Amino acid sequence: MKKIYSRIEEIAGNVITVTAEDVRYSELALVTSGHGKSLAEVIRLRGNKVSLQVYSGGRGVSTGDEVQFLGRPMQVSFSDNLLGRIFDGSGRPRDKGPTLEENLIEIGGPSVNPSKRIIPRNMIRTGIPMIDLFNTLVESQKLPIFSVSGEPYNELLSRIAMQAEVDLIILGGMGLKYDDFLFFRDTLEKGGAMDRTIFFVHTASDPVVECLMVPDISLAVAEKFALQGKRVLVLLTDMTNFADSLKEIAITMEQVPSNRGYPGDLYSQLAARYEKAVDFEGAGSITTLGVTTMPGDDVTHPVPDNTGYITEGQYYLRGGRIEPFGSLSRLKQMVNDTTRADHRGLMDGMIRLYANYKESVEKKSMGFRMSEWDQKLLRYGALFEAKMMDLTVNIPLEEALDLGWEILAECFQSDETGLQSKLLDQFWPRKSIRDEQETA
Amino acid sequence: MTRTTGTVFGVNGNMVTVDVKGDVSLNEVGYISVGDQKLKSEVIRIRGKQAEMQVFEQTGGIGVGDTVEFSGEMLAVELGPGLLGQVYDGLQNPLPQLAEQAGFFLKRGLYLDAIDKARSWEFTPKLEAGATVSAGDTIGTVPEGIFDHRIMVPFNISGEWTVRKVAPKGSYKVDDTICQIEDAKGTTQDLSMLFEWPVKRAISLFEERYKPTEPMVTKIRMIDTFFPVARGGTYCIPGPFGAGKTVLQQITSRHAEVDIVIVAACGERAGEVVETLQEFPELTDPRTGRTLMERTVIICNTSSMPVASREASVYTAVTIAEYYRQMGLNVLLLADSTSRWAQAMREMSGRLEEIPGEEAFPAYLESVIASFYERAGVVRLKDGSFGSVTIGGTVSPAGGNFEEPVTQATLKVVGAFHGLSRERSDARKYPAIHPLESWSKYPSAINDELVAYCRDILLRGNEVSQMMKVVGEEGTSLEDFVLYQKSEFLDSAYMQQNSFDPVDGSVTIERQRHIFRILFDVLASEFDLHDKDNARSYFNQLRQIYLDYNTSEWESDAFASREAELVKLINEKRTGYDSTAEEIRNRVGSAVG
Ligand SMILES: Nc1ncnc2c1ncn2[C@@H]1O[C@H](COP(=O)(O)OP(=O)(O)O)[C@@H](O)[C@H]1O
Ligand SMILES: [Mg+2]
Repeated sequence: MKKIYSRIEEIAGNVITVTAEDVRYSELALVTSGHGKSLAEVIRLRGNKVSLQVYSGGRGVSTGDEVQFLGRPMQVSFSDNLLGRIFDGSGRPRDKGPTLEENLIEIGGPSVNPSKRIIPRNMIRTGIPMIDLFNTLVESQKLPIFSVSGEPYNELLSRIAMQAEVDLIILGGMGLKYDDFLFFRDTLEKGGAMDRTIFFVHTASDPVVECLMVPDISLAVAEKFALQGKRVLVLLTDMTNFADSLKEIAITMEQVPSNRGYPGDLYSQLAARYEKAVDFEGAGSITTLGVTTMPGDDVTHPVPDNTGYITEGQYYLRGGRIEPFGSLSRLKQMVNDTTRADHRGLMDGMIRLYANYKESVEKKSMGFRMSEWDQKLLRYGALFEAKMMDLTVNIPLEEALDLGWEILAECFQSDETGLQSKLLDQFWPRKSIRDEQETA
Repeated sequence: MTRTTGTVFGVNGNMVTVDVKGDVSLNEVGYISVGDQKLKSEVIRIRGKQAEMQVFEQTGGIGVGDTVEFSGEMLAVELGPGLLGQVYDGLQNPLPQLAEQAGFFLKRGLYLDAIDKARSWEFTPKLEAGATVSAGDTIGTVPEGIFDHRIMVPFNISGEWTVRKVAPKGSYKVDDTICQIEDAKGTTQDLSMLFEWPVKRAISLFEERYKPTEPMVTKIRMIDTFFPVARGGTYCIPGPFGAGKTVLQQITSRHAEVDIVIVAACGERAGEVVETLQEFPELTDPRTGRTLMERTVIICNTSSMPVASREASVYTAVTIAEYYRQMGLNVLLLADSTSRWAQAMREMSGRLEEIPGEEAFPAYLESVIASFYERAGVVRLKDGSFGSVTIGGTVSPAGGNFEEPVTQATLKVVGAFHGLSRERSDARKYPAIHPLESWSKYPSAINDELVAYCRDILLRGNEVSQMMKVVGEEGTSLEDFVLYQKSEFLDSAYMQQNSFDPVDGSVTIERQRHIFRILFDVLASEFDLHDKDNARSYFNQLRQIYLDYNTSEWESDAFASREAELVKLINEKRTGYDSTAEEIRNRVGSAVG
């Protein structure tokens, strides 16, 4: 048993400093105060001065509290007993179940060797045309939903989770509103998915430092299950809260901020988590869907900005719809060449026309005369929004493709679409409403 | 000589402060002992008896008092035959071999030989005993893939030496002595095929450096025709996330007409490297008939790998590039992304508590970026042959705003700027290089005057389109409207290119010159178009055929018939030819390029 120190010399924010010997970087300690016990992690060593971040926060910690070093880094229990359970950011039960202590694993382990990665190959079907057709989700992808508060991003997350064919769902909640937590729990319960779900939930009223642990704990557990052959879907909501916690600690540690107060290593910190998404050859996989709320609806804000550079695309959720612009699945081309011959061409063509439609809308709003071409575009845009973008639409990819051709044929002549003749020959609907009108 | 040692005094992130007993030098490598692991680190600041070191590994578990051994060497890479086809991390650890030992995950403190010591090479001597040599001179060659890999006198040997013995033609391992040299004082030295070179020092064993003028063909129309890159030149690709920086570099790494490509995946997604890793061994290089992997070296230090080795990775890459340039080869280094490298510097600078510059980047950011790109160049070597290193770096500006320190510092030093635009990538106009903002100081493979004429159309067409936003189509003259249609045609039919199409994906210079003629005819002709709808549908038709033309195989029947269709359609409506264009065409003659 390691020595107990009973003199805390400095308390600033959530960081305490003690004089201690034989301590290792990232080691855990137990801080016992009048309010109970909390874990703390060593975040700086300087001679015999040891700084720790206290998981339950610095508030109420007294200079006379006890600090006992544990000689090990942060760990979490890993077994099938986790299934259906709900924990907090330190891995303590939030439900009425027992504390789990068997088979402890370390969190924040090393990265996957890039040469052991494989090219993603499996589409994850969601039934949402804006995803399946235009920005296909792929197993092992890491992808956030960019949104502002008030948008139904948690609904979208849970819908994808329920519809996706995965073995296991891990929900990492950071600064989650209690209502939202209940929403997830109820939805998964109703969908019969609870017994293949694990929750690690930090709510808005929990200590900041515990928020930092949620992605690492969730992903460490996910990694073990994936190595056992499970296809794991990790949902992280909301990563902006995670980044804000990083910022808070960095400021306490008097680090020079780089951009709007965030630390210079924000990119590396986010990447360390998102890059855990992987497809293990011969075993399972981790697919990560996150939520990144954009303060002030500003995508250039450091959190969405750094996230976008790390993740394999993003879904923009605005006005309750997945926006075609800005939304991107970088892995779509890995799978959309084998779905159907018209998938790629139609996907690009429809978006290009939608961009033209937006221009016409702008012209119209400025009071310009709408040319015949503009009229066609306006018609197209309205149909596209109603039939493709509406999130209540729930159809398989193949139907969505057919629908795409129908919409095009309803609005345009085939050579106006800018699509390759080869595709038009094969897929252009022979008898669209429009052709009938014209022959009549 | 006994090595300097020290003990750990402090740990802060990936920076460790060490109490040093003895002498240390800046950038010297040391190893921190933690349990049975030794963690590679580099001295980045010395203050009195303390050295600050950046650790190339996770620092968890390091404790005060842990021992540190200094190596006496600066951070260096191994140079010799067997680099091609390898996949290294930023410190030249071979990742596939690492995986054989450690499985799915990277293992801290595990460092392997960069070059296979067991492999034999067919050595042919190129000089005889008695010859006088100095650093960089060729002792002999070994075949490596399709190249004659020059076995050279190590670059760090100074002065003139006399060759005493050279190994006869035969099979040798990289560690075998293949040459013995002697200096004026009679000191002898044994040379093998392998030597080390410190990554942060440029290799400059050439006679003369030239201005880059010869095009480095990328087979991307917009680059080769409009924003060319020259062999030995430098260029950058800034752009917001998702605009297509990585895809652009990936297709360049496949199709560029160079001998060797060094891919430096610096601090971005691991998944993107995997595509290259898995596909290159399967893809044949049309120029050589061998796999692309045989001409490629991949330096892979992606975003979740240690940030200090990310900082080192671009230097590892450029040093290997310079090494092959010494063999008279044309090397292309593609770094994705230089911003992550700059951020690695920023992280360390922050830990060192240096006075921060703009956006907390260190004050020396500009000079470090400048001296990195300075390592590019086309040179004449001592034996009269020419070699080049071309450097292309992506930049990932915060918020996609080019007014930030890394983009600005880079723009000051590069010869071409391919700025990617969010607007264009949102509209799926690939490559999303902004045709009005981008520039190149290098000559085009197609006649510069013809290209300038096209660019002028684009510029004026854009002005019309801006104006139309204010006055509407109805307030625009038919003449202006046609100009606008022409600029749109240039953009959509020629500048945009489908990277994933087997034919359109890579277009030779020969084909570019050929199809450019038709493009030019469209842009320079006056057409009989009676109203705007007529003009729009005419240009739609032209575009449709031109797009099909682009995807028809070179010189195939389909290609010929598409071309005939285009010519017919142009002639049908042509009423005249713009006089300026006529004049240029007459001056330039039929030789487009
Ligand atoms: N030339 C291209 N052709 C087709 N699609 C492209 C092209 N360039 C980029 N894309 C699309 O955009 C996505 C993002 O491109 P990428 O190069 O990864 O962006 P960046 O590196 O700038 O973040 C790709 O996954 C692909 O879907
Ligand atoms: Mg990229």
